Amino acid sequence: MILDVDGVAFNYRSAPVIRDITFDLRPHQILAILGPNGVGKTTLLKCMNTILRPKAGSVLIEGADLLAADRMEIARKVGYVPQRCEAGRMTVFDAVLLGRRPHIGWDVTDKDIRIVEAALRMLHLETLSLRYIDEMSGGELQKVSIARALVQEPRVLLLDEPTSSLDLKNQIEILGIVRHVTAEHDVAAVMTMHDLNMALRYADRFILLKDGVIHAAGGPDVVTPETIEAVYGVPVTVERYNGFRFVVPLEPESA
Amino acid sequence: MHFADGTIPTDYLGYVRKKHLWILGGVVLLFFLLIVSISVGAVGIPPYEVFLSIVNGIVDRIHLLLNPDAVLNPTSTDRIVWNIRLPQALAAVVAGVGLSVAGVAMQSILRNPLGSPFTLGISNAGAFGAAVSVILLGTGQMHSTVADAVTLNNPYVTTMVAFIFCLLATAVILLISRIRGASPEVMVLAGVALSSLFTAGTMFLQYFASDTQLAAVVFWTFGDVGRASWQELGIMAFVTIAASLYFIANRWNYNAIDAGDETAKGLGVSVERVRDVGMVVAALVSAVIVSFLGVIGFVGLVCPHMVRRLIGDDQRYLIPGSCVMGGILLLASDTVARIIVAPYILPVAVLTAFLGAPVFIYLLLRGYRR
Repeated sequence: MILDVDGVAFNYRSAPVIRDITFDLRPHQILAILGPNGVGKTTLLKCMNTILRPKAGSVLIEGADLLAADRMEIARKVGYVPQRCEAGRMTVFDAVLLGRRPHIGWDVTDKDIRIVEAALRMLHLETLSLRYIDEMSGGELQKVSIARALVQEPRVLLLDEPTSSLDLKNQIEILGIVRHVTAEHDVAAVMTMHDLNMALRYADRFILLKDGVIHAAGGPDVVTPETIEAVYGVPVTVERYNGFRFVVPLEPESA
Repeated sequence: MHFADGTIPTDYLGYVRKKHLWILGGVVLLFFLLIVSISVGAVGIPPYEVFLSIVNGIVDRIHLLLNPDAVLNPTSTDRIVWNIRLPQALAAVVAGVGLSVAGVAMQSILRNPLGSPFTLGISNAGAFGAAVSVILLGTGQMHSTVADAVTLNNPYVTTMVAFIFCLLATAVILLISRIRGASPEVMVLAGVALSSLFTAGTMFLQYFASDTQLAAVVFWTFGDVGRASWQELGIMAFVTIAASLYFIANRWNYNAIDAGDETAKGLGVSVERVRDVGMVVAALVSAVIVSFLGVIGFVGLVCPHMVRRLIGDDQRYLIPGSCVMGGILLLASDTVARIIVAPYILPVAVLTAFLGAPVFIYLLLRGYRR
């Protein structure tokens, strides 16, 4: 196991948000956390690199307890891609180089620069490397954000709704990158998602959250009309086309 | 993760070199400005002689340090340079660097382009402290028989009280942010509120002050780099250099915070701690400068933005760039202030905005460098 989450709970003030969250993940797996708005998907993601400190439970990466580690150590193990990041007057290269922060001592070394260059090439950003990120589109910015998390050389990648504001082409490109990275390297990825069809297409493990607890968890077979209706309150049917499974919402009255 | 096949891109190295050249150019400009600033004034001294006097003066002083029996034989030029103009010019450079670096740090810490020692109320707190000292503690008076001779008969008490109030303002801001969580909005709003509070307090005291006290308070409030003795200059320089080094050492943390709090935390930055320590350091350097020299606005707010327009937001270049720009702007302002209405000498605070505002507006209109 590369990631072990055991009994994680979190509450804002006194209201519990998530509780009893337990799952694990192997290298090369992509986990999609699904569920309606406000159910605690992002909270769970932030608990997993202690941006929010879980009130109970443990998060282990390759057996090492994250809750006992300091921030820098965590940052060398977990890369986090937030839903949106601020774009100042910085070049793409420098914005990605920032991802080397957990490894940088006083100044960047040639090794850091080499790693950034390789990551930019992997994401096909090399021609943009000296462009300023405040002049970039949402899709390009998201790629920069992912590149930044990759050069952290983490074992686990966390992505908070990586495709929420992107067009179809960019969604496929970003998720393709995540899948390529997890397939080629010894890492696992966890992402929160709204688009069930994209999740079915790119993830291989699923967690459906309902009222702050795991309603269903497992492989693609847990994404059934029953679980989706229970979690989202929307009647759906799950169809197949050329081997792809996709979710079609039904009108409530016609169900 | 393996990125073993990376190469070092030459275009990026060229880009980095260009940034370094900008800063180096600024340092060279600052040096020339220093010589020019010392050479102009009531007695004109050719720049070459200024340079010689500075070099000889340094050699002589090292000599004196090694042989305590040696006697200095300063010429009149040496006296003007070493006793009057050099400390004033260096005070301008040090104050400019300190205020500017405090401003750039506050802007990053508070995630707000309006962050500066002035906007956060630290300068106004210092002014209020000076007013308290002069009016309530009676440390200031004006000799009306001699023209142009306002004296604070106990400047050290005034400086100390001003310094205490600067620190008080910082403590209140930090305390409020502690209670409400160290969010940048809370810090900025608390600073604005404090600023108004201290301004109102100063006005209240001034209303009941005598003419001489009022003159002394107003005199103190006009920031003036001519006030600094060598000893005070030493204290300011020490604090400014230490603070600048601290901020430069934290440049990657500020870059991370600029990318968003969550990104920064994900990159291993303890955002709250970096914010709190940074605020204390920035406030301390502003407090030292304000309490020795008085209120000098504008530099801390605008220099970082000028540098942003020239070399971008990357803190690796922005922090040192702001230091250099702060020194240049305040030294240039002080030089002009000394000669513009000669034989009278204006306090530099009057001139900073006069010189800086047009340049700043031009840079805003022009936008970023391509």
